[in-house]
Amino acid sequence: MIELWFVIIAFLWTGYFVLEGFDFGVGMLAPLVSRNAAEQRAALQTIGPVWDGNEVWLITAVGAMFAAFPAWYAGLFSAFYLPVVLVLVGLIVRGVGLEWRGKVDDPLWCDLGIVVGSALPAFLWGSVFAGLLFDGPLAALVGGAFTLAVCVLHGAVFLALKTTGPVRRRARTAAMIAGGVTIPVAVAALSSLGTVPALVSMAALAAATALIWRRREGWAFAATAGAIVLATLAVFMELRVRPLPGLTLAEAASAPYTLSMLTWIGLIALPFVLAYQGWTYWVFRKRVRVPAAS
Amino acid sequence: MDALDLARWQFGVTTVYHFLFVPLTIGLGIFVAGLQTAWHRTGNEQYLKLTKFFGKLFLINFAMGVVTGIVQEFQFGMNWSEYSTFVGDVFGAPLAMEALLAFFMESTFLGLWIFGWDRLPKKVHLATIWAAAIGSNLSAYFILAANAWMKHPVGYEVVDGRARMTDLWAVLTNSTALAQVPHVIAGSFVVAGGFVLAVCGYWLLRTRAEMWRRAARAALLMTAIAGAVVAGTGDHSAKLMYEQQPMKLAAAEGLEHDTQGAGFSVVPGIEIPKLLSFLSTYDFEAPVQGTEDLQRRFEQQFGPGDYRPDGTVVFWSFRVMIVFGLATVGLSVLGLWLTRRRRPFPAWLSRAMLLALPLPLAAVIAGWLLSEIGRQPWTVAGELLTASSVSPGVSVAEVATSLTIFTLLYGALAVAETVLLARHVRKGVEERAPVQAAEAPREPSLMY
Repeated sequence: MIELWFVIIAFLWTGYFVLEGFDFGVGMLAPLVSRNAAEQRAALQTIGPVWDGNEVWLITAVGAMFAAFPAWYAGLFSAFYLPVVLVLVGLIVRGVGLEWRGKVDDPLWCDLGIVVGSALPAFLWGSVFAGLLFDGPLAALVGGAFTLAVCVLHGAVFLALKTTGPVRRRARTAAMIAGGVTIPVAVAALSSLGTVPALVSMAALAAATALIWRRREGWAFAATAGAIVLATLAVFMELRVRPLPGLTLAEAASAPYTLSMLTWIGLIALPFVLAYQGWTYWVFRKRVRVPAAS
Repeated sequence: MDALDLARWQFGVTTVYHFLFVPLTIGLGIFVAGLQTAWHRTGNEQYLKLTKFFGKLFLINFAMGVVTGIVQEFQFGMNWSEYSTFVGDVFGAPLAMEALLAFFMESTFLGLWIFGWDRLPKKVHLATIWAAAIGSNLSAYFILAANAWMKHPVGYEVVDGRARMTDLWAVLTNSTALAQVPHVIAGSFVVAGGFVLAVCGYWLLRTRAEMWRRAARAALLMTAIAGAVVAGTGDHSAKLMYEQQPMKLAAAEGLEHDTQGAGFSVVPGIEIPKLLSFLSTYDFEAPVQGTEDLQRRFEQQFGPGDYRPDGTVVFWSFRVMIVFGLATVGLSVLGLWLTRRRRPFPAWLSRAMLLALPLPLAAVIAGWLLSEIGRQPWTVAGELLTASSVSPGVSVAEVATSLTIFTLLYGALAVAETVLLARHVRKGVEERAPVQAAEAPREPSLMY
């Protein structure tokens, strides 16, 4: 049961990184890939209907940690206190920026919030997880740089997949540049893990870069998503042995009764969640048409 | 000030601030869904305009509710790690259920509603706003179930210094939760109704448009009905408090000594004989315990310590809650009567309706201060003290930093939100379908 809940939590974090990963990337890139207000609006519209639902993966992952591994939840967030505060600040200004941008006269402040609020968590999550696994500020820096770079790449590929015209073209260029930066950073960050998923994740990032160059946007997106899944898997394989220094999963876990109750609830609810979130992506499956500049 | 004080301040600031937006999300979501349903039923374009107008205000507010809510999910672990480790087995379950069963639904369907105006069939689109609004209300239930457990822990045992859940059903049907849920949700409808009343009051002073009258009448009705529920459930809560949280009741009344046939003190010095006993038990002669005598008994039971909450805050927040809440409900009942059978809204009533925004908001905040400061010095009544709940490894400097950051950020956002809401209220309804075709074809007004 403890193992099962560890897998569920790893699954929730993975879902969060895959989904919000491209949200973060799009948030950072939107001003860069657009030359006018309409293009920028179109770029952000690719994530408009889904980003809030994507963020709930984080809430659920954290809530599930609280319920299933209270000591892990408590130890993790009190140990990484200030980075978590900054993550929260990022998520706050980003969320408000995204929701308010269409309702203000001059969206400059909202755009600033979206860019900073996307970059901060994208960097900090990597550094928090690297800090969990390795000692020293260098590891945290490399980990942060890795997640930041991957989010930019993932978001650029998503933008290329979901837009038309000049935005799509610039997103593709951005993706190729981001790919060039991401690969060496990924080697630095993941080679210290050295496990099979970590190595395959690096290969997937290289493949994504090649695929976007060949204009295979759908396949490239599958590759960046796969790379994030594998990298998260590699991290959680390490955490399984030692979720926190001096703490084992068994010590951190809730009692079997709680875990079995949560399992039933999860088994019943999760299919519905996946179904209606999937349906949202289906409803908004078409590319966002970028209006021609007048 | 030590880390404990700062952590308490941070929890208070961030949670009270969060709850400025929550009741509006809960009540206004249902109100907007109701407006859209009315449009479907009648085909009257006025309802569509109102849906879009209040929908926009709802979304501006919703954003703040969401982002300030995220902080809560992390804060227990950050500042209250001892608490989290002790209670996670029980307390974490409703939080995880909230995310999985309610929050996903709310966020996903709201995204579909915002962007789905032209992409979904009309009926499906209507269903999305209902799903989102129901998600918000469900979410409130789970959070309140968790909160109620702190005041009246049930369905658990303590093993090796940690609470272990023995009965999830007992946690979810805690009598305290079942009393609190309708009280808080109905209170949220009063806040949302008051918000709509204030907006309509503003417009009724400027125009005779039938639309604002309709919206105002609907809000008056919602506020009056919800107000009756608030009063009824509040009465029920008082009876539960008498059994479960006698110290809070005594502090709320400033009653120091055990008293037979205790009077209700309106303000210090003015007392209605025997009313407190009656309100607590339906028996004019019932004994009510006082703070000093309870303190003595708690010391015998739990050892030396001060088990009394801050009397001043608890006493006055109780009165603010009742007076401001009743004033709002009274105004709505009066308004319903004065505007019956197509009678126009008198100008003074429209002006008074502007007060329906701050009054109930102050009432619900006061209600939370009563509820949570009255719980002190415990985080989990009888089990865990607040002083033992704080994170041992988090320094004063860290908490001071986060408290400063959150306070400044929240202050700035409060100003921005107020300006934004005021601007959109002043703008009024859009008279025809917004012309944005040149910039973003096929996109309705509720978009980026």
